[in-house]
Amino acid sequence: MFELLGIPPQALFGQLLLGLINGSFYALLSLGLAVIFGLLNIINFSHGAQYMMGAFVAWMLMTYAGINYWWALLLVPIIVGASGVVIERLMISRLYHLDHLYGLLLTFGLALIIQGLFRNRFGVSGLPYAIPAELTGAQNLGFMFLPNYRGWVVVASVVVCFGTWFAIERTRLGACLRAATENPTLVGAFGINVPRMITLTYGFGVGLAAFAGVLAAPIYSVNPNMGADLIIVVFAVVVIGGMGSILGAIVTGFGLGIVEGLTKVFYPEGSAVVIFVIMALVLLVKPAGLFGRTA
Amino acid sequence: MSEAMAMTEPATAPFLSVRDLEGWYDESHVLHGVDFDVNAGEVVTLLGRNGAGKTTTLRAIMGTLAKRRGSVRFNGRELIDLPPRAIARAGIAFCPEERGIFSSLSVEENLMLPPTVSQGGLSREDVLAMFPNLKERLSSQGTKLSGGEQQMLAIARILRTGAKFLLLDEPTEGLAPVIVQQIGRTLSELKSRGFTIVLVEQNFRFAASIADRHYVVEQGRVIDMIPNEELEANIGKLHAYLGV
Ligand SMILES: Nc1ncnc2c1ncn2[C@@H]1O[C@H](COP(=O)(O)OP(=O)(O)OP(=O)(O)O)[C@@H](O)[C@H]1O
Ligand SMILES: [Mg+2]
Repeated sequence: MFELLGIPPQALFGQLLLGLINGSFYALLSLGLAVIFGLLNIINFSHGAQYMMGAFVAWMLMTYAGINYWWALLLVPIIVGASGVVIERLMISRLYHLDHLYGLLLTFGLALIIQGLFRNRFGVSGLPYAIPAELTGAQNLGFMFLPNYRGWVVVASVVVCFGTWFAIERTRLGACLRAATENPTLVGAFGINVPRMITLTYGFGVGLAAFAGVLAAPIYSVNPNMGADLIIVVFAVVVIGGMGSILGAIVTGFGLGIVEGLTKVFYPEGSAVVIFVIMALVLLVKPAGLFGRTA
Repeated sequence: MSEAMAMTEPATAPFLSVRDLEGWYDESHVLHGVDFDVNAGEVVTLLGRNGAGKTTTLRAIMGTLAKRRGSVRFNGRELIDLPPRAIARAGIAFCPEERGIFSSLSVEENLMLPPTVSQGGLSREDVLAMFPNLKERLSSQGTKLSGGEQQMLAIARILRTGAKFLLLDEPTEGLAPVIVQQIGRTLSELKSRGFTIVLVEQNFRFAASIADRHYVVEQGRVIDMIPNEELEANIGKLHAYLGV
């Protein structure tokens, strides 16, 4: 019990926790990508930049306006989500009649522009964001110390992910969304405003990324590249889970975070690539992804 | 004088009046000037061979055919430039040929999906009383239903919306005779409840059992109109039109 294959339990649980934290971000970000892809059929390459914006807007609210972490958690997804709404209305919506590749190129270009602007203004050294006073300290769980803030990140991510899952799979609004994902023309012919739904869905997906950014601000340093580094892994997560599958994105996000953590314990050299190896294997065996529907 | 106007106008203006309706799929010109009228409370069919343009006519009325021209007047309003959602809100409900049951929605969610567009639609209970088969399957996945049940669901869900004008595209296609009869009884009941129906049909025996008038569509035009009571007398002509 105390030693597993010669690994001390502290190291094991420590890496498991780290994996769970990374998984929390993978899950939130791949969930946003999946929601957007489901309805818009666009791979939102700006997602990493919008996550980074979330962290920066939280930092700016704190630094320039004295608005604390808890308010940021509420306000930042709304502010950054609103910027997503503007982007969808002004730009992305003009591309729906073209190949999906154009949406990908547009959002990729936007990501570069956004990151460039932030790099210009704030540099790349990273800005500090303090853990809120209520969540400093740690719990002694007997077998390990759990920092309160890290525990909170996992809880917040689980709650938001499953809240989103519930809203999409179990409510009337979610039923409209699922129907519009399948057949937008028919849903429009029932009198439902599909273009507005698409705009708000994009705003919501971007808001999820920004929420993840606020959660990340006290853990990782707030810097313009934080999203670019993370998003590559998140795309792999989405590919493994299956594009557009809500539950798939959540489960795969947490699961791969844990797998990555375990790899750090048992075979540290492989931890940086394990997700991509899994991605390659999944693509070979089940190209639609673990939870994807093969049409 | 205004009283005389008020008396003659509503009596003569049809509920739906389609004039010179043209339609395209990309560059392919499919409707070449469709004309027909539907009066309130009528059941009217569009008959015609495969590829004649019946489905396209319904799509052009509903607005889901992107490129269209001409005039579609409904309840005193011109619809030709409105988007589908505004046409639905004006009170026209659409049941597509492929039925359009959503596989990611349960039967209940499919049933409750179309929003109310005006007062006076059937209640959920009325609808389920009309289609008792659906009642036992409410929590099933929509596309797990049999073909006949899916067709009933596709009709059932548009009865709740309050729209009194229904466009039904081949509701009997590919269904067993006993189900066809059941759908026939349902349509008769809807007619008696005051619904106005445009029915696309290949099966003109079925059409004859419920319709008031038949329009014959050929190559993107309406080429003839036959009142139901004259159907027997025109049966030879109709066979020639339909190529049966
Ligand atoms: N999506 C489409 N793109 C291009 N052409 C189409 C499309 N749908 C139908 N057509 C063409 O338009 C013409 C009219 O088709 P439509 O579906 O309206 O016929 P229909 O009378 O409903 O036939 P059916 O009895 O087979 O349902 C046909 O020549 C058909 O090939
Ligand atoms: Mg047809």
